[in-house]
Amino acid sequence: MDDGSARTVSVAIRVPADVRFVEEAIELMARHCFAGAEPCKRTSFRLRVLLAEALTNSILFGSGGNPSRSVRIGAEVTDECIRLQVTDDGPGFDPRDVPDPTAPAALGRPIGRGLFLIRNLADRVEFNEQGNTIWMTLPRS
Amino acid sequence: MAITKKTNAAGVAVIEIDGQLIVGNRQELKTLVQEGLDRGERKFLIDCGRTGYIDSSGLGALVTLSKKVREVNGDLRMAGLNEDLRALFELTKLDTLFHISPTAQDALAGF
Repeated sequence: MDDGSARTVSVAIRVPADVRFVEEAIELMARHCFAGAEPCKRTSFRLRVLLAEALTNSILFGSGGNPSRSVRIGAEVTDECIRLQVTDDGPGFDPRDVPDPTAPAALGRPIGRGLFLIRNLADRVEFNEQGNTIWMTLPRS
Repeated sequence: MAITKKTNAAGVAVIEIDGQLIVGNRQELKTLVQEGLDRGERKFLIDCGRTGYIDSSGLGALVTLSKKVREVNGDLRMAGLNEDLRALFELTKLDTLFHISPTAQDALAGF
């Protein structure tokens, strides 16, 4: 949906809190975010990993993997950047309370890398106060 | 988009990830490796030459499988990571946990 200024395009979808929908949701958002523009491979990779991480967190932890609940995904796209938003209806979490997965003792653990990847792949990461909405900004080109 | 496995004449199970390794398909990979272990296979090569992206769930699955294979004195190696995947492994320091070869051919020659 165009906001009328022809400079920012917004898209929003709602998906069931089911990991089987993650790939399809990512590709749908990628098509919208890159419509009319050919992103570099690095940007395309970043967008897909960022969405995969945020969606997985919202589905498994925010929604308890309950497919009767849903997760909302949005994007505001300008010529220069993409601002992604993922929201669940869970209680939220404290993003400051996440240990470093690259510490020697943590390297062999199978979990705990999601937020680390988000913080390293996005140019900017923001949360709402409750911790159930994340915004991730990356360049569009 | 599929995860396939073929065992070569040298007994190396080559698993090719075509597409992505994420939360929705990581179990397929786990099952393929576990079935191989159950049949007595001990050498595994994860070929990422056709892999677009991997998320933290996929990385976690690889970490788990690597540990399982090591526990039975086996060897699980990675190959064919594109530039972004290689950077992901370096960022998470998982490049220190895995033997990573530029191509599947390189990896097979070194087994």
